[in-house]
Amino acid sequence: MTSLLQRRETQLFLILLLMLVFIGIRAPVFFSAQSMDTLLTDLAILAMVASVQMLAIMTRGIDLSVAANIALTGMVTAMLSSEFPAMPVWQTVMTALGLGLMLGTVNAVLIANVGIPPIVVTLGTMSIYRGMVFVVSDGNWVNAHELAEQYLGFPIDRFLTLTNIVWISVVLLALLHLFLSRHRHGRELYGLGGNPEAAKYVGINEKQKLYIVYCLTGMVSGLCGYLWVARYAVAYTEVALGFELSTVAACVIGGVSMAGGIGTVLGTVLGSAFLVLIFNALPVINVSPFWQMAISGSVILIAVILNSINDRPQMKVILKKAQLATAKGAA
Amino acid sequence: MWIKKTAAALMLAAGAMTVQAAESTDSIRIAMLVKSLGNGFFEAARDGGEEAAKELGNVDLIYTGPTTATSEGQIDVINSLISQKVDAIVVSANDPDALVPIAKKAMRRGIPVLSFDSGISKDGRVFHINPSNAELIGYKQIAMISETLGGKGEIAVLSATAQATNQNIWINEMKKTLKKPEFSGLKLVDVVYGDDQSDKSYREAVGLFRKHPNLKGIIAPTTVGITAAAKAVADQGLVGKVYVSGLGLPSEMAGHVKSGAVDTFAIWNPIDLGYTAVYAAHEIVAKKSKGEPGDRVRIGRMGSLKIDGKGETAMAEPFVFNKVNVDNFAKIF
Repeated sequence: MTSLLQRRETQLFLILLLMLVFIGIRAPVFFSAQSMDTLLTDLAILAMVASVQMLAIMTRGIDLSVAANIALTGMVTAMLSSEFPAMPVWQTVMTALGLGLMLGTVNAVLIANVGIPPIVVTLGTMSIYRGMVFVVSDGNWVNAHELAEQYLGFPIDRFLTLTNIVWISVVLLALLHLFLSRHRHGRELYGLGGNPEAAKYVGINEKQKLYIVYCLTGMVSGLCGYLWVARYAVAYTEVALGFELSTVAACVIGGVSMAGGIGTVLGTVLGSAFLVLIFNALPVINVSPFWQMAISGSVILIAVILNSINDRPQMKVILKKAQLATAKGAA
Repeated sequence: MWIKKTAAALMLAAGAMTVQAAESTDSIRIAMLVKSLGNGFFEAARDGGEEAAKELGNVDLIYTGPTTATSEGQIDVINSLISQKVDAIVVSANDPDALVPIAKKAMRRGIPVLSFDSGISKDGRVFHINPSNAELIGYKQIAMISETLGGKGEIAVLSATAQATNQNIWINEMKKTLKKPEFSGLKLVDVVYGDDQSDKSYREAVGLFRKHPNLKGIIAPTTVGITAAAKAVADQGLVGKVYVSGLGLPSEMAGHVKSGAVDTFAIWNPIDLGYTAVYAAHEIVAKKSKGEPGDRVRIGRMGSLKIDGKGETAMAEPFVFNKVNVDNFAKIF
């Protein structure tokens, strides 16, 4: 059992606090209640998509199609809303979840049944989904005044002072956490990611697990597609362009191992919070746009280095112990 | 059906453009290459181009572009246009210099290249058609926000990418305009970049509110930026305190004008711009004009263009929209 301080979650939390203090000194206005509220709302979508991205990375895969899925689902729900303004929100949400699930299932079939590596499959579907946004919309934008009031209103309406979008993410992340830590299927995902060979021998159904992972990433991305478009009140082909990389970055910063088997919802949420804090704070404390990119990149690199350092000693200790044990045994 | 759609999507994604091969040998094929597909502004330019093609009779318009706004994507498309042997290319460039070598190659093969909207450097085109005059665009945007704010207050600019050619020229012109005595009450406090992504633009706008509590106006000379800024103003409860102005399409702005976040905004007419670009390309191909500095090029219903010493020409001054006329124009583009 690693001590509390050695855990990525604690480290990240402390770094986040430090950053908040530093930003607070440079720009006290950043601490206003409204500012924090904006930050949380901004965090919600990234945290949700990053958490399902974590499932893919944890099982030694990746889902690069999440952002394109967001764009496509967002566009379809937006077009439906402009065509049928009376459509209630629950129907929009169901459409988003359903379409997202469909797109995710395509990935799942190709990965689990056909056996193509996830990075190749999702690289392909990323382009296909992005292209389909163009095909379904004919390249046209869906704009604020064409979208129904309830469509735009729901994500930023408030319930107990926070926006609905924040509550949705809280519920979803809590469920995901419980699933991963308490449910058999969730635990088996760690097993599959940690050692696929061994997982096969203990009877973990790999195909079924991959279906769970990629259907979930699809479904959650679909939901976020609606939330994204409603939040920014515009749907166009390039919505969320490059967002898949932010989700991967959030995972890496949150301590999810690219080698599989390691990752927590809490870590990923903190990783997402880190990125969102940087994205939101750098403009406020007068950092040039070029430095913003460089800083985000450096943070990701540092996180990867930390990950590999954190992983390394454990391996050595085990080997040394094993060596010692065999040496003793021989003596 | 699925496979067909998928294949179509893949083709689009790859930026490949192989459709619309020659139908008849004596028609003039003019390619309109835009910054990226799926942008309302260029869709409207295409409609104008088609209008010109129909009017001229013997012109086939090929509308094409990369799916994302990169110069690499545009280079690929120009390559394929060269091998398709089109008769002329009109292009809105993502980068003024990166497209020069490939545009030169096209011109060596006898394909004249004109740029419109966002230019290619002098060596890479016959001439460039500015949608308007950079000076007029800069002036108009300052004048609009000045009128809204009653001539005084802090303002900021929310641009696209920090390297975008046209954006930077306009911002420079805005700065020059601000030095005029009639705008002495306005103070430009910041220039930020939203990269034409709705989420980044939104964050930058919110950052502006935090950094400059006395901010009264945001000028966003880009369509994604202006919608994102207007949404941010509404979300943060700043309607009536901060006004967003700049360049945007009526169809995209109608909702934000209604919410009160936007008072006035402007844009040149992209339909006219597409019409002008395609018409001008036809005049060059048909050898009615050489397009050299000092020449005049006749442009159907738009009158004529006079090409200046730098090989550039301006179409018209930007058109201002407000809550009175925006709904009517929103139906068109």
